[in-house]
Amino acid sequence: PRSELSLAAFALLFSELVQYCQRRVASVAELQARLAQLGHHVGLRALDALVARERPGRRETKVLGVLLFVKGPLWRALFGREADKLEQANDDERTFYVIEREPLVNTFVSVPRENSSLNCAAFAAGLLEAVLGAAGFPARVSAHWHKGTTLMIKFDEAVIARDKSLEGR
Amino acid sequence: MSRSPGRKQENHKISRELFVLTYGALVAQLCKDYEKDEDVNACLDRMGYSIGIRLIDDFLARSAVKKCRSYSETADMIAQVAFKMYLGITPSVSCNSATGNEFSLILDKNPLVDFVEELPAERASLCYCNLLCGVIRGALEMVNLAAEVSFLQDRLKGDAVTEIGITFLRKPEDRKHRR
Repeated sequence: PRSELSLAAFALLFSELVQYCQRRVASVAELQARLAQLGHHVGLRALDALVARERPGRRETKVLGVLLFVKGPLWRALFGREADKLEQANDDERTFYVIEREPLVNTFVSVPRENSSLNCAAFAAGLLEAVLGAAGFPARVSAHWHKGTTLMIKFDEAVIARDKSLEGR
Repeated sequence: MSRSPGRKQENHKISRELFVLTYGALVAQLCKDYEKDEDVNACLDRMGYSIGIRLIDDFLARSAVKKCRSYSETADMIAQVAFKMYLGITPSVSCNSATGNEFSLILDKNPLVDFVEELPAERASLCYCNLLCGVIRGALEMVNLAAEVSFLQDRLKGDAVTEIGITFLRKPEDRKHRR
């Protein structure tokens, strides 16, 4: 259908993007920051169109709601399939994990793990951070090598506090 | 690295929006990094070239087309098969010269500019889609066809249509080999 494009085209574009950033930075941390920035740019613009299509007329107001939206419809709309897992941290009510064994965007990027591990995930992290922020759930999102690729979401205190007060009603 | 058996890598698609927005993010980044439009254009062309030389493998593997025997067939292939496969559009092809080596692809729709209304005033010479020229050039080079590819007209710049010009550079030497 018109709304889908081949993975190869995107993967190659993404690979070029990563290489471009790599040439201009001095460290892995900077590279990740750049990729997160680019992901941010995309996330900000992707949200409105996606919400309009997937949840017309309804806005998520609860943390769990927005997380399920992210793991399911958002991921499916962007990457063609749902994220593999959504988990909550055992010891921290502000922290959640979105887990993907093999992120699609990694397809044409080969990276020595010892060297720079998180290229593509950093992009997705920036994207997710922008989406959550624009949806009214400000958070910091970071990417990690864990069970594949894990995006760690840490919501602002205010978000969790608000969610608790909503539950009370 | 083992793949789970159910996963068909070849059929995977991603959303057009993700692709288009990522391209936009790239162009925006280049505009931040380079002051001159020509530099951004050149960078896009170079990146497109790198993509093209790899994309051709994917194209040949998935389209299973036979070898093109003329420049005209090649141009048709690019417009009707490749563009369709990767961008979901089918530009129309016209031959520009009597010598038969200059062609134009007229893009009626262009997904890359889905979210772009107009170029900012300070970026009037930006060839927003210049990546495409590099891709075509790189892909053609990998099948031994040297060509110059550039935008002849651009709707974003106020022209009526968006037109990509392909000029094949080498004379048909195949004739020599066949004898």
